[in-house]
Amino acid sequence: MKRVALLGMPNTGKSTLFNRLSGASARVGNWPGITVDLMSAKILLGGHIAELVDLPGLYDLHGFSDDEHVVRHFLSHHAVDLVLIILNSAQIDRQLSLALQIRSLGLPALLLLNMEDEAKRAGITIDAQAMSKQLGIPVRTISAKYGQGCPEALQLAAQTILQQPNLVTPQTIAHKLEMENAIEQEMHQIIDRTVHFPLQLNHSLTDRLDKVLLHPWLGLPLFLLSVFLLFQFIFTVGAPLQEGMGWLFDSLRSELLEPVLTSLPSWLNGLLLDGLYTGFSTVAAFVPIIVLFFLVMSMVEDSGYLSRAAFLMDTLMAKMGLDGRGFVMMLMGFGCNVPALMGTRVMRSRPMRLLTMLTIPLSLCSARLQVFLFIIAILFPPSQAALVLFSLYMVSFATIFITAILFKSKFSSREPFVLELPPYRFPTPQQIWMRGWQEVKHFLARATKFIVIGVIMVWMLTHLPTTAVPASPDTWAGSIGRFFAPVLDPIGIDTELAIALIFGFVAKEIVVGSLAVIYGLQGDALSHQIAANIDWVQGMSFMLFTLIYTPCLSTIATLKSESKSSGFMWLSLGWSLGLAWIVSFLFYQSVRALGY
Amino acid sequence: MHLDALKPGQTAIIDRIHAEQALSQRLSALGFRSGKQLEVIRQAAFNGPLHVRIGSTDVIIRLQDAKTIHLHPLPHQKESTTV
Repeated sequence: MKRVALLGMPNTGKSTLFNRLSGASARVGNWPGITVDLMSAKILLGGHIAELVDLPGLYDLHGFSDDEHVVRHFLSHHAVDLVLIILNSAQIDRQLSLALQIRSLGLPALLLLNMEDEAKRAGITIDAQAMSKQLGIPVRTISAKYGQGCPEALQLAAQTILQQPNLVTPQTIAHKLEMENAIEQEMHQIIDRTVHFPLQLNHSLTDRLDKVLLHPWLGLPLFLLSVFLLFQFIFTVGAPLQEGMGWLFDSLRSELLEPVLTSLPSWLNGLLLDGLYTGFSTVAAFVPIIVLFFLVMSMVEDSGYLSRAAFLMDTLMAKMGLDGRGFVMMLMGFGCNVPALMGTRVMRSRPMRLLTMLTIPLSLCSARLQVFLFIIAILFPPSQAALVLFSLYMVSFATIFITAILFKSKFSSREPFVLELPPYRFPTPQQIWMRGWQEVKHFLARATKFIVIGVIMVWMLTHLPTTAVPASPDTWAGSIGRFFAPVLDPIGIDTELAIALIFGFVAKEIVVGSLAVIYGLQGDALSHQIAANIDWVQGMSFMLFTLIYTPCLSTIATLKSESKSSGFMWLSLGWSLGLAWIVSFLFYQSVRALGY
Repeated sequence: MHLDALKPGQTAIIDRIHAEQALSQRLSALGFRSGKQLEVIRQAAFNGPLHVRIGSTDVIIRLQDAKTIHLHPLPHQKESTTV
């Protein structure tokens, strides 16, 4: 099978083209030695199936960023039959260097000049034929966004592969990549002879928008407002969808599965329904939020506003060893940690991405909010409720800040902060939809197994041995709670609460429900029992612990799949558990010492 | 004079770039080369990064990285124009 690599600078519409060419067949490939996701797809090329690989965006084949390393590694270890180089027509003067770098490697290539429409608006005209002659590479103008020229480009690619078999081995490429070459001069010559630039480029619409959106003191409030509105949109639309999913899964269970499975022994019945089925529905409950988040994020990203957000927030974030893009993801984490972790993919430097991923699980997400609202209503008078909740949010911010400061040096990113500010663009609905769909597939594929196993384990802990009443102190979970009593007593957490924390490991959504199972009570009776069993100091300590320790299994699964490192997942898990204990301990002991 | 000292609205010509290899390659790929003219469009609040226009490209750059770019100011422009 022929292999075609798609290569280009960031913001040239490379992913758009990839999505257009690959349709829905794209998947994340597994390439040895490469730590970022490379999408690949099987496409029909001149009557044969070929593999199209989407390489990360890069500025310079000889550059030093993580992405540039990935591309070099790929080209030096995998045979490629054709390189599709995609460049932005409006910035051809500086982007052509990439085409020359590929040509100098001796790889068969096809140059696609994208964003023809944008270049035309800016008054730039390119003589593609003359450029092709000068370069010795076929050149074709396209619009990846609207699809003009794409079928022709594929035909041209098929021809090029037939006419120019690749004779260069990856070893030769590895060798050539090591040698620098004088590309600059030739690039200038070709640009001078083939491209005509108007004296003043037309930046007007983008300029006018920037004047407002990047205003010295209006910019920041406008940014915060738009982020708030976007998240509001995600959760306003997402909540009923999530409820609908929940209803669907509940009805499926009570109408179909329960009657069918009654004949089974009760332990198998419980394992299948409370273990396996709950696991599947927990995973499925995230789907609407992830789709919506990525619909909105791809809109923000493709529109060019995300780079502007980085510009506005950079000063504050730089102090934490992060950059402005991390801020958007952190805010998202206050809705749901899972899509926020997936969204960190926009950060191209790995250490900075890991540091951001380490802080996100500390954001007080909407599932934890449910637990807090429940406990606060039981243990605090209404006049204090808002203050308690507010202080939990402050603790969440503080732990994020402390984590970033403490781990800044371990994940120090030497990458300089120099980012291109693309003009504002309107993404097309198809582009947005493809992105949302890809992300959900990705999440389901990676998270399902992990989460289902976790749910089954927790089910066994809280239901075995079979002689014990489920979720009672006689179960294995109760034994674990007692085993850790020396650690949990100093933070005021008793066996019942410890079992609830074990449930909370799966998802915070089930903590309140688990309390009902643990105490064997519901509604007001449950509230009275909890109020009688624990005082407000214990309750607060429990909430602090719940806030800081592992958010949920989905978050852990996402941490692992996004970082591609079990070590990092354990670091995040260990750090949040340790920090949760320290904070609860300091709170519990000092408040007790004050005489409460 | 270095790029970090240039005020919004001011224009200058790049003299030379004195940065470590990674940064200097990134800058050159973005179009920063000696002899090229650039303009500072704006600066983010709290002494934040600069928004610089060079040719057809808009770039944001932290002051610390901007320090590596040496400039000669355009002759007809006063260096200390207040904004």
